[in-house]
Amino acid sequence: MNSSRRDFLKLAGISAVAVSAGTLGFLGQGANAADALPPVAADFKAPITAKRWAMVVDSAKFNDALLQKCADACHSYHNVPSIGSNKEIKWFWSDDFDATFPTERPAHLSEEMEHRKFPLLCNHCANPPCVRVCPTKATFKREDGLVMMDYHRCIGCRYCMAGCPFGARSFNFQDPAPFIKNVNPLFPHRTRGVVEKCTFCVEQLAKGEQPLCVQASDGALLFGDLEDANSSVRKALKEKYAIRRKPDAGTEPGVFYIL
Amino acid sequence: MIEKALKGSPRYFGTLFVLLVVLGIGAGFYLYQLNQGLVITGLSRDVSWGFYIAQFTYMVGVAASAVMLVLPYYFHHYKAFSKMIIMGEFLAIAAVIMCLGFIVIDIGQPQRMLNVLLNSTPNSVLFWDMVVLNGYLILNVVIGWTSLMAYWKRVSPPTWVKPLVYLSVVWAFSIHTVTAFLYAGLPGRHYWLTAILAARFLSSAFCSGPALLLLLTLLLKRVTSFDPGREAIKTLSTIITYAMCVNVFFFLLEVFTAFYSNMPGHMDPLVFLFSGYEGHTYMTPFMWTAAFLGIGSLVMLIPYKWRYTPEILVPALVMLVIGTWLDKGMGLIVAGFTPNPFERVTEYMPTGPEMMIALMIYALGGVVLTILWKIALEVRKEVEGTL
Repeated sequence: MNSSRRDFLKLAGISAVAVSAGTLGFLGQGANAADALPPVAADFKAPITAKRWAMVVDSAKFNDALLQKCADACHSYHNVPSIGSNKEIKWFWSDDFDATFPTERPAHLSEEMEHRKFPLLCNHCANPPCVRVCPTKATFKREDGLVMMDYHRCIGCRYCMAGCPFGARSFNFQDPAPFIKNVNPLFPHRTRGVVEKCTFCVEQLAKGEQPLCVQASDGALLFGDLEDANSSVRKALKEKYAIRRKPDAGTEPGVFYIL
Repeated sequence: MIEKALKGSPRYFGTLFVLLVVLGIGAGFYLYQLNQGLVITGLSRDVSWGFYIAQFTYMVGVAASAVMLVLPYYFHHYKAFSKMIIMGEFLAIAAVIMCLGFIVIDIGQPQRMLNVLLNSTPNSVLFWDMVVLNGYLILNVVIGWTSLMAYWKRVSPPTWVKPLVYLSVVWAFSIHTVTAFLYAGLPGRHYWLTAILAARFLSSAFCSGPALLLLLTLLLKRVTSFDPGREAIKTLSTIITYAMCVNVFFFLLEVFTAFYSNMPGHMDPLVFLFSGYEGHTYMTPFMWTAAFLGIGSLVMLIPYKWRYTPEILVPALVMLVIGTWLDKGMGLIVAGFTPNPFERVTEYMPTGPEMMIALMIYALGGVVLTILWKIALEVRKEVEGTL
């Protein structure tokens, strides 16, 4: 063993001791915070599963504050940038009756309905046109009905945006990083040139939690298995009249709105 | 044969130089886009395709239009097109290369482009468009080059070229049909959701493409001694006239269905294009210009005495090309996205950098066309002793 190799091993040994004794200061404060460490097996509860995930919106329960709370819960966790131009990225947002249900051609709405705001998000359709048109299968439908994106496969052709009749998809026209105030290290942020959208919080379902907007909604959003007659969503739909956006498009949306 | 492109007049190299300068300037802007992303374009969340995809669509039409020469020449042995045919095939090659270029500059992650092959997805029309466009490029390169080579060697073309020619005729229809299917199968885009879209695309292609070819050939006639022949010009201008009539007719069919049925979804994009939607009138000047140029060109083309007069034919063709370009290159894509899925309007105008990048692709097509036509003309000069 020559001297330079011995020196190297010594140095490596000292470094290893130093690292295990101290903290990795150069990784910054965020990486040290206990809640930001990568999840380990013990952190996971069993995932919750369904034949087809669906959401019921009890629209009367929403006001501006609650809509904002839900949007914030989603956007802050998923590192959705706020850009504030017509190149905006949106996963969860809201709009009025006219914009939400344009094919209803509303006329003489009740005053309350006229001013009501409806939450908007990806419908996770049973026949999603975005999946049909994607040339790389970067957007795909899972067995449980979730319409998902592979951000590393997407070529940014934006065919899915033309295909979606609900305007649920956003394109990263630029690097989103400068527009994310606090980066959540638990969730990857996207790169320039790919499309993204709501995922029905697939990462929450995997650890046995409800989607973040549902958790933040104080019961105004219900989430469950559309194929299970005893699920919360089916019970709600049995009791109250609900409609879906643009039924004529034939996509079979998975988000129902109780008016 | 390629060596024919290496020797030429100062005017030939001057043309190439100018085109390469434009290409270079455009490439600078493209580097800017690669660095910053599509944020430098006028595109938005609501109008997510624009100028690039519109130019792509127009150029697919130009590429397909070569069939208007190939079909009469090979299926009906119409010999008057014999001098023009290679020009048409080479224009198709340049046009398809531009199509592919417009797609590449439009996508957000061009370095992942080959994912379309790696993860081929037959349920996506974009996959099929890739197949038919590249197939058409290969067909035209093989047919054009082999035929010219045979002509140069003063032998008849090999027998296997014939079946490829017949295939290319069908293939030409397929490229514009599949391109129309990109749009016509989307449930939320009313302006495109029409069974006649592919037919409209083909009819506008079969007038605008040959018109562009005829204009370029007439330009060539001025700057060189190449003469496509009086008969060929007459026949091609007649084909253009018929195709333009069909194009206008098909458009009027759309207008009837939309307004007699009174279906809001069908009417809205047309209202947006021609009179403005909820105060957004920025597209109306383009569309009315297109309408006047289109009708004007027909007025000048339909009377055959006018049509056969070069002083009337040339401006009529220029009007036709600009009119159809405004219809397809400006109106078609924006109207598919307007009003948006929330029945609102987000305005779209291409930005300066966006137009410069598109110009880069046009310059690229110009370079390809100049070189190919130069080779074709030099070969003809050598074989015939004159152009």
